[in-house]
Amino acid sequence: MATQHSRAAARIMMAPAVILLLGWMLVPLTMTLYFSFKNYLPLRGGDLGWAGFENYTRFVTSSSFWPSILTTLIIVGGVLFITVVFGVLLALLLDRPMWGQGIVRILVIAPFFVMPTVSALVWKNMFMDPTNGLFAHLWRAFGAQPVEWMSQASLPSIIIIVSWQWLPFATLILLTAIQSLDGEQLEASEMDGAPALKRFWYIILPHLSRAITVVILIQTIFLLAVFAEIFVTTGGAFGTKTLSYLIFQRVLESQNIGLGSAGGVYAIILANIIAIFLMRIVGKNLDN
Amino acid sequence: MARTVTTRQKALNTTLAWAIGLLIFFPILWTILTSFKTEGQAISDPPIFLFFDWTLENYAIVQERSDYLRFLTNSVIIAVGSTLLGIVVAVPAAWSMAFVPSKRTKDILMWMLSTKMLPAVGVLYPIYLLFIKLGLLDNRWGLVVVLMLINLPIIVWMLYTYFKEIPGEILEAARMDGATLREEILYILTPMAVPGIASTILLNVILAWNEAFWTLNLTAAKAAPLTAFIASYSSPEGLFYAKLSAASTMAIAPILIMGWFSQKQLVRGLTFGAVK
Repeated sequence: MATQHSRAAARIMMAPAVILLLGWMLVPLTMTLYFSFKNYLPLRGGDLGWAGFENYTRFVTSSSFWPSILTTLIIVGGVLFITVVFGVLLALLLDRPMWGQGIVRILVIAPFFVMPTVSALVWKNMFMDPTNGLFAHLWRAFGAQPVEWMSQASLPSIIIIVSWQWLPFATLILLTAIQSLDGEQLEASEMDGAPALKRFWYIILPHLSRAITVVILIQTIFLLAVFAEIFVTTGGAFGTKTLSYLIFQRVLESQNIGLGSAGGVYAIILANIIAIFLMRIVGKNLDN
Repeated sequence: MARTVTTRQKALNTTLAWAIGLLIFFPILWTILTSFKTEGQAISDPPIFLFFDWTLENYAIVQERSDYLRFLTNSVIIAVGSTLLGIVVAVPAAWSMAFVPSKRTKDILMWMLSTKMLPAVGVLYPIYLLFIKLGLLDNRWGLVVVLMLINLPIIVWMLYTYFKEIPGEILEAARMDGATLREEILYILTPMAVPGIASTILLNVILAWNEAFWTLNLTAAKAAPLTAFIASYSSPEGLFYAKLSAASTMAIAPILIMGWFSQKQLVRGLTFGAVK
């Protein structure tokens, strides 16, 4: 039983972490909120007074706002679709008996450990370059005109790169979930003559639903913030400007802090809506 | 599992899985191979897979021209420093939440998790401004602190789930025998917690090593780690595939090796215990 004494000690031990995170959250957040109501242009006159809600309305009415939302949705949706569908298939495959399972697993997981700038540049240059990339060689070998990936197919290119990075994550988590599936139930259904597709649909998929939800929510939070992959490939050109990237440009490139901060507040609200769903699942798990 | 599997089925699974595994791994393999080619061979059409003149010159060039070791040092300091600092702050917190839980423990854990969801770009300017004011821009220690704060929720959570698995009876027994709080932590808890702490360190070094938002935006020449070093290849001059490959191989090799050791902890750490 915890004594009065140990309770007091516990509080003191928790204090540094709580205080640091509280500061990390409140200080920048307050500043972003403050700037979002200001006309603040450090390179063109500095602080030009209060702006009311002007930054908020200007951010959403600017011509790049809706395209950036669309781009964000396409990238997040595309990567989620690819990683979840192939992640489930790959996890099912890796769960089956085979030789060298451990090695295959290592091969599949590897891309997750590659830093974003490396994977983006390797894909952009060594695979997708229209003259010297491997894809160009491949296309020419079949007599086809090489694709200019980064300009003609910029969004699919980014989706391919990011999916490659996140497929291992989805696979690994789904595999962990499949391995916790009750083998007897599957066996029983197999003996009853349930075809493989039915077994998948009625037993495996429902069992995976929770893991899939977790994968979707966690990936969404990370995918909304995709940055380096765009920064080193297209730099936001060719229709690859996501909401995050648009805010980054407003803040650091055009140094319109008020406008960028208002965008930041939108991004924070968006992330929080998704976070609420994720936290509910995690919280439920904490009770058991 | 009592299901019987024929050898044919197993062979089929093996072939398919290996084919897909190699396909997924191929970009990494190709990067490693290309790093040993000459620039001319790196772009040859048709591509050469193994029968080229293996050379180490790219590695020498990368080090010589761009002082690779300096970026490596920065990466090590930032990744290891932020992780260790995070551990120092998180161990007491996770300990108290796991062993002296109160009604608010769950709320605090959830709140910590919520700070992780804050989109970095939303607070980019405030942090940028604070860094300028405090003279921390392009400073390794500034990044150590920021990455520590970013990963602190994950560190606390991972440690918490590990500590939770240590049976409380052992602690009670120690207390009965008159162990003080300090002795309890030092002699009983720590030895049992070492594997969990080690896994937490491993995963967080990996996350910090690969972090590419703050490291790109808050550094310039002095404090830039490997993420920024690689990014400098985005506007190259002349032939550079072999050099890019050599630089990339050096940047990912240590983390690939560490990552393979930590695959089990990866699931736990990144799903906050929601999938085990």
